Amino acid sequence: MFDTIQSGLIDRRKFLAFAAGSTALVAAAPAARAAKVKTSARIVILGAGAAGTALANRLVDRLDGARITLVDPRKQHLYQPGFTLIAAGLKPASYSVSDTGHWLPGGIDWIQEAAAEIDPEAKKVVTSGGRTLEYDYLVVAAGLSLDYGAIEGMSLDLIGTNGIGSVYAGPDYAAKTWQEMDRFTDKGGVALFTRPATEMKCAGAPLKYTFLTDDYAVRKGTRGKTKIVYAAHAKALFSVPIVNEKVRMLFGERGFDVVHDHVMTAIDSGRKIATFNTPDGPKEIGYDFTNVIPPMKAPDVVRNSPLPWTTGPWSDQGWVEVDRHSMRHVRYPEVFAVGDIAGVPKGKTAASVKWQVPVVEEQLVAQIEGKTSDARYDGYTSCPLITRVGRAMLIEFDYKDNLTPSFPGVIAPLEELWVSWLMKEIALKATYNAMLRGRA
Amino acid sequence: MKELTFGMLLAVFEEMFGPLLFWLMVAAAALITLAFVYVVIRDRSLESTRLVRAELLAPVGAIAAILFVQFITNSGFKDIGGPIDVIALILIGVAGAVGLTFLAYVAQAVLGGKAKRTG
Ligand SMILES: Cc1cc2nc3c(=O)[nH]c(=O)nc-3n(C[C@H](O)[C@H](O)[C@H](O)COP(=O)(O)OP(=O)(O)OC[C@H]3O[C@@H](n4cnc5c(N)ncnc54)[C@H](O)[C@@H]3O)c2cc1C
Repeated sequence: MFDTIQSGLIDRRKFLAFAAGSTALVAAAPAARAAKVKTSARIVILGAGAAGTALANRLVDRLDGARITLVDPRKQHLYQPGFTLIAAGLKPASYSVSDTGHWLPGGIDWIQEAAAEIDPEAKKVVTSGGRTLEYDYLVVAAGLSLDYGAIEGMSLDLIGTNGIGSVYAGPDYAAKTWQEMDRFTDKGGVALFTRPATEMKCAGAPLKYTFLTDDYAVRKGTRGKTKIVYAAHAKALFSVPIVNEKVRMLFGERGFDVVHDHVMTAIDSGRKIATFNTPDGPKEIGYDFTNVIPPMKAPDVVRNSPLPWTTGPWSDQGWVEVDRHSMRHVRYPEVFAVGDIAGVPKGKTAASVKWQVPVVEEQLVAQIEGKTSDARYDGYTSCPLITRVGRAMLIEFDYKDNLTPSFPGVIAPLEELWVSWLMKEIALKATYNAMLRGRA
Repeated sequence: MKELTFGMLLAVFEEMFGPLLFWLMVAAAALITLAFVYVVIRDRSLESTRLVRAELLAPVGAIAAILFVQFITNSGFKDIGGPIDVIALILIGVAGAVGLTFLAYVAQAVLGGKAKRTG
């Protein structure tokens, strides 16, 4: 009897120790943060997309007394990585849409207007409503503009008609793209895929949609009647050589026809013909289904300001001239750019935003304190490259084109895996949302 | 992901299920574990008949967990592509098996009352 009570006590004691240990673990979880930095700095953030929202949430946690103003006319927040799933018929258009206000922290000022003018010499921004906002620090996070007008004959109202899809245009257009792709894969024909010659967000998305269309044709038994043509803008299919080789092999295995140095310039939706600029002059390719991806450039407010690169390959695209590691403007040290608008090689993805935002936060807070910071962004970006419904490759790389796998030795980056698909389908949006809240 | 912290994992899980459902699930798991420990301490041993009965349900839990993950994710067995996929599948199965075994044991112990000790 005594023995058993004794052993019961020991078990209970052990158990209590275990329970206490787990509680301590949970309590220690939100790593102790440094005290808030007191400041009366005026910080203006242009754009409340992935980058602007995540940064605002983090700055509110770090600064005490700062006046943070977010400028963005859009009331809806768009989770853009979801567009591909919508265009694959796996999620409804509403999957990508939420209220911008839902993600914004308390204690900041959200001006629901567009920035119309940026004057970094006078340190002020003028809004579309004519308000002038003076700042001590400016963060440009205005994303990028889709330049459909640059493709002759193309307009948004064509999406969802005559075999024309466009995954990028927004959640409703992604859903219309699915309708066209679904219709097309029921019968077969020529599916034409392209990508622009400009910098673009999620450079893997054009490839994903090519793979997905092929997958549906295979599943529906119409692949034999389907020709898939991928028109690459350059000599390569992907800018990272090792990934390019893998994609080239997969395209070969799947029987895709690839043409290189083809940049779409016009589309004739009536005749179902696309025209391309090539080194040998204009070429036409007919299609029954196509996913139009427009050229991309900086929003006009940034292009028309003194902030963009004025020399080098991007002088026509308007990306902000920032140092690729600190994200600080090269000529205006109180200006930062983060997200798609930043003129850094590679990295127009939400995954890059996740790594850029803490760097901007550290650099900015250090600057406010009159210190320097060695926080740097090394170009990390990632792309769950879907190769069929149910499988993806988790491709991660940096400025040097090195593969930078998050789970080295566990998840092979160039292998088509189910776990990589699970990440895209269930973990990506949750991670993105946690990032928006400044928690990831 | 360079620094996968515990706080970040919590944030991601909260977003995945919604904070309410997530913490309810954590609470449920903690409760079942506590209840299990309680009945083991109360009965001063694992009761073999109950354990065997509970273990009979393990394969059901394993299969249910695997099918559930496939159901919520537009994927199936044909998508298993590499060793890590097989490992993930096994881990999901093990989680389902262990979870249901615990639950079944606790349910019997709680509903069936204190185990009769023979000998
Ligand atoms: C089809 C598709 C698939 C993708 N897939 C992935 C993926 O799998 N993984 C991944 O990591 N990323 C993916 N991305 C990329 C990712 O969504 C973007 O890189 C990310 O959203 C960039 O964040 P951002 O804040 O820079 O821009 P956005 O999130 O686009 O936000 C920009 C904000 O600026 C606002 N704005 C614009 N002009 C002005 C102005 N003049 N004044 C004020 N505000 C303005 C806009 O209203 C908008 O709210 C994908 C994108 C697309 C389109």
